[in-house]
Amino acid sequence: MNLNMNKSSKRVEAREEHCIGCGLCQVHCITAHSRYPHDIVKAFKRQSPRPVARVRLEEARPVSFAMQCRHCDDPKCVKGCITGAMTKDSETGVVTNQEDRCVGCWTCILACPFGAITREETEKKVAAKCDLCGARETPACVEHCPNGALKLVERRGGK
Amino acid sequence: MILTSNTPEFLIERNKERCIHCQVCVRQCANKAHYFDEEDGKVDSIDINCVNCHRCVCLCPTKAITVRKFPLEFRENSNWTPAVMRGIYKQAETGGILLSGMGNDRPYPIYWDHLLLNASQVTNPSIDPLRKPMELKTFIGRKPEKLDFDQQGRLITPLNCQLELDLPIMFSAMSFGSISLNAIKSLARAAVELGTFYNTGEGGLHQDLYSYGSNTIVQVASGRFGVHPQYFNAGAAIEIKIGQGAKPGIGGHLPGEKVGLEVSKTRMIPEGSDAISPAPHHDIYSIEDLRQLIYSLKEATRYAKPVFVKIAAVHNVAAIASGIARAGADAIVIDGFRGGTGAAPLRTRDSVGIPIELALAAVDDRLRQESIRGQVSVIAAGSIRNSSDVVKAIALGADAVYVASAALISLGCHMCQKCYTGKCNWGIATQDPHLTKRLNPEIGCQRAVNLLRAWEHEIKELLGGMGINAIESLRGNRLMLRGIGLSDRELEILGIGAAGQ
Repeated sequence: MNLNMNKSSKRVEAREEHCIGCGLCQVHCITAHSRYPHDIVKAFKRQSPRPVARVRLEEARPVSFAMQCRHCDDPKCVKGCITGAMTKDSETGVVTNQEDRCVGCWTCILACPFGAITREETEKKVAAKCDLCGARETPACVEHCPNGALKLVERRGGK
Repeated sequence: MILTSNTPEFLIERNKERCIHCQVCVRQCANKAHYFDEEDGKVDSIDINCVNCHRCVCLCPTKAITVRKFPLEFRENSNWTPAVMRGIYKQAETGGILLSGMGNDRPYPIYWDHLLLNASQVTNPSIDPLRKPMELKTFIGRKPEKLDFDQQGRLITPLNCQLELDLPIMFSAMSFGSISLNAIKSLARAAVELGTFYNTGEGGLHQDLYSYGSNTIVQVASGRFGVHPQYFNAGAAIEIKIGQGAKPGIGGHLPGEKVGLEVSKTRMIPEGSDAISPAPHHDIYSIEDLRQLIYSLKEATRYAKPVFVKIAAVHNVAAIASGIARAGADAIVIDGFRGGTGAAPLRTRDSVGIPIELALAAVDDRLRQESIRGQVSVIAAGSIRNSSDVVKAIALGADAVYVASAALISLGCHMCQKCYTGKCNWGIATQDPHLTKRLNPEIGCQRAVNLLRAWEHEIKELLGGMGINAIESLRGNRLMLRGIGLSDRELEILGIGAAGQ
């Protein structure tokens, strides 16, 4: 399949020069992927174990940035997936993991060149990664970044 | 010394029901008022480190944090107040001068709040700025005594160089060093967008700022940091800083901690060295000396740029201003005692100088009496807090105003008064690269623009209410002002009637 023919390709871009290393992206990512996507306190206090953050804060002060799935044009995780759980949507270009098909073999984690996939062990062992917050118009991390350090960019026509 | 009488000024309250121990507060506090206890997996606070800047409060995702005055009571005493005693404890431990940041916070009268504006009723119509044109354009510079025209009606009187402002508000002097480059970029971009000017302060002009030159006022202060011909010619106007409202009589202070590589290059001083400006300009000991400097600068810029002279509002300010006008300045900036600063000795800040309202009225009166008001523009500075302060300042006689504290508040400043520590959690008064990132100049510019655009609308509304359709008609129009709760002497100095008159 030629994945470069996608109609669009969205991803979150980090602006290192504006990242203040506050970690709010992680807090809101965890909340958005919890059972209480609109209540931070409940997401953190009621759900145990709580979901992992799909965005990672990389920090060596003063340099810092938030890193998540690049939704690659030619995703290694999709190629490596042994069950076909990891797919790239041909319409939106978003790479997602279908958790019911994922068996937690972690091949995608080994394959990802960005280290953007982590292990989610809240219910069953599955690979967790940025899904651009699915139905939300703007991903939670982008919406709540206090300094404009995360931007959702959309490129039409694949590359 | 183990014994200390210093106690916390603030108490950090954490709502345990809401705190999720996410450590955002820990990561954001440069004063280390929050910490994470690895063993307990919990966030906790060290109250004595808190300066009450609200950074944690604003960024806490669950709004779990409140900061209060520390409840420890001293024995009640109207004379020996906690602030007075704390000052003594600090000096007993350090032997140093007490420092503070931002302007005078003592409860002196704020005359703006004792001035009331007029509005049109029945006999003269008010104007609706949403439906009718309203002019805020302002020109700063020496105006001709009279205008001559040739037979075709063309102007033949040569005009002096002028600064053209789309609204009568400029950003006043704040140096690179005292504030971060991102803070300056925010204001520089805002000045471009608003059609006004920002001022370099005495910190020189960073390489990145040359592109904003046509909206820049470059300052020459007693330390002469970063002053060279390119610097003059990059700016639209030059300001000679004699004094500053927050600390009249003394020069600028920039602690060596804030002098990093970029500040050092821009100021042309060694990295890490304290930048202590001399109290006076060593070449100015008289009005004649000032005239020499004014004309040296005019020569250096081929008489193409207005030269401002900035002084602190002090006793006899009117006579001093008259001298400055006669020395050839194109504009006089008067900075009242509530003006901000990055660092000032506390006792100077709180006890030296006079309010801008009285100084402005006195200067405008004196220049009119001497028939030299047209020779100079008068710019009022030193705590212009909102649009009605601007309108009142112009009615008292100012051509334009300078704002700095209000501009910084728009960028996020919470007036914690700790600018001199270089640990500004809002990324404004700091040079620490981890902290300066916190101010994104795109966001900063937008916020500063929003603030002045909002003021612009409000000024137009207030003018319209008075039946005035151009700011020019309000300038020095003290009939539009009345005083409330003021003594006869104060009303006389302000040159206004009492409310009800």
